[in-house]
Amino acid sequence: MVRPAPALAAAVTALVMVFIFGPILLSVLAGLTVNFQTGLRSGLTLRWLAQVWDLYSGTISLSLEIACACLIITTLVGVPAAYVLANTKGIGGRLLEEVMVLPIAIPGLAVALALITAYSTVGDLRTSWLFILIGHVIYTMPFMVRSVLAVLNAIDFKLLEEGAASLGARFWQRFFGIIVPNCRQGIVAGALMTFTLSVSEFNMTFLLHTPFTTTLPVGLADAYASMRLEIGSAYTMVFFVIIVPVLLLIQYCGAPAAAGRRRSA
Amino acid sequence: MKTLHLVLLLPFLIVFGAFFIFPLAELLLAGTGDQGIGNYLRIISNARYLRSLVTTILFSALVTAVTLVISSTVGLFLQRRRFAGRQILTTMLAFPLAFPGTVIGFLVILAGGRQGLIGVITQGVMNQRVVFAYSTIGLFIAYIYFSIPRTILTIMASAEKLDRSLEEAARSLGSSTFQVVRDVILPGLQPALIAAGAICFATSVGAFGTAFTLASTLDLLPMVIYTEFSLQANLAVASALSLVLGLMTWLVLAAARSAAGTTVAAAG
Repeated sequence: MVRPAPALAAAVTALVMVFIFGPILLSVLAGLTVNFQTGLRSGLTLRWLAQVWDLYSGTISLSLEIACACLIITTLVGVPAAYVLANTKGIGGRLLEEVMVLPIAIPGLAVALALITAYSTVGDLRTSWLFILIGHVIYTMPFMVRSVLAVLNAIDFKLLEEGAASLGARFWQRFFGIIVPNCRQGIVAGALMTFTLSVSEFNMTFLLHTPFTTTLPVGLADAYASMRLEIGSAYTMVFFVIIVPVLLLIQYCGAPAAAGRRRSA
Repeated sequence: MKTLHLVLLLPFLIVFGAFFIFPLAELLLAGTGDQGIGNYLRIISNARYLRSLVTTILFSALVTAVTLVISSTVGLFLQRRRFAGRQILTTMLAFPLAFPGTVIGFLVILAGGRQGLIGVITQGVMNQRVVFAYSTIGLFIAYIYFSIPRTILTIMASAEKLDRSLEEAARSLGSSTFQVVRDVILPGLQPALIAAGAICFATSVGAFGTAFTLASTLDLLPMVIYTEFSLQANLAVASALSLVLGLMTWLVLAAARSAAGTTVAAAG
């Protein structure tokens, strides 16, 4: 047992926990109180939540739509790519993997500017929600690929495939009958991660959005800048309510906490 | 590579080629303006942009250092002590990882803004309203806020694998707690510290939402890029700066990966 003055370590831990969770609690309370300045004495209300619904329900549904579409695309595109990556060794495999994780290493601002530079004049893409979807797919793809790859590297999928092949299964039968079911855990974890990242993405989305395509995090920024603290808090609470169940599911599914390196800030 | 593999990879190649590689190439071109690649040198040597670059690096380095010190203390404690609510705490620590930078900025405003809780309390106690949210201190607190949970979780995962018998051995040979921490625990955690530090630094350098929400007066690079792009409509400068930013974060992460071996590849 370490004893770097355990009391000090305990005190630091307690302080950090208050530092991390205190403000979250504060924002939930602020979203439910009549007047944040007066505090809980002013009473509790659902008025602010109702106003958030009136003002911003569109951003909530748009974010959920984009996240679901994003999840479907990254699954369809990312799972086969992870399988190929697991099969590709040597320099080619290394290079492919390096390229695949590149979107995580590059700040969202840069990716958004790149997309705007390349595609802002193509048709109506700039004003379409598809533009945001494209950005989210690029940003979340590495998480899906890595999540599935981790499972593939952990199981002996080649042996399973050989067994199936010796029984006469063709390649596509093996892929959909053996590989995909065995990767289920990685796919589910990757999909949940994709959903979370998409719903909470701001840095990239803020540059990609237009007044007609405002997502939840962009709406939050707007509320923070122009609305009362209580409305901003209530809106934040809505975000928590959407995101926390998914986060709990991720942990329940046993996704390695470190599998997701995200750039939320 | 087998033909079937190529077929499976094709959707990925199309999506990535069209919406990632090609746009990045366009960004690289846009960054040259009309003056070719020399434009990059000109922009980087511009006093204002250079100062912003240095500010961003120093600020992020400080955030990383403070985060590592706090998080290794807390991470080791949470990994080794058993107490009621420990499991819930570690589960909840993953929540802030999913907050957009704007939310973190807002939490700091709720605590230390003009109408913030700390302002209200200090007004009552010492008749003077303490407001820190919009200063560099507020920005620093916000960056620490989004860095600490991730780093704690990385360190906990690594501390779990430490060989405790080494610590027992050192202790039985008469090492003090300080010596055990310095000579046994920290070297054992080193790969995780490098990995977590690199991720923390890269995230801070690229963070935008938090600084945006706090309307920070500190000239961080992402804010400069945003200003150049949206207010000045100066795409060449914004492109060049964002490529510099991307190159920097990529290099830091790649360097950490090769320094710490495969552990970083798994963690970040």
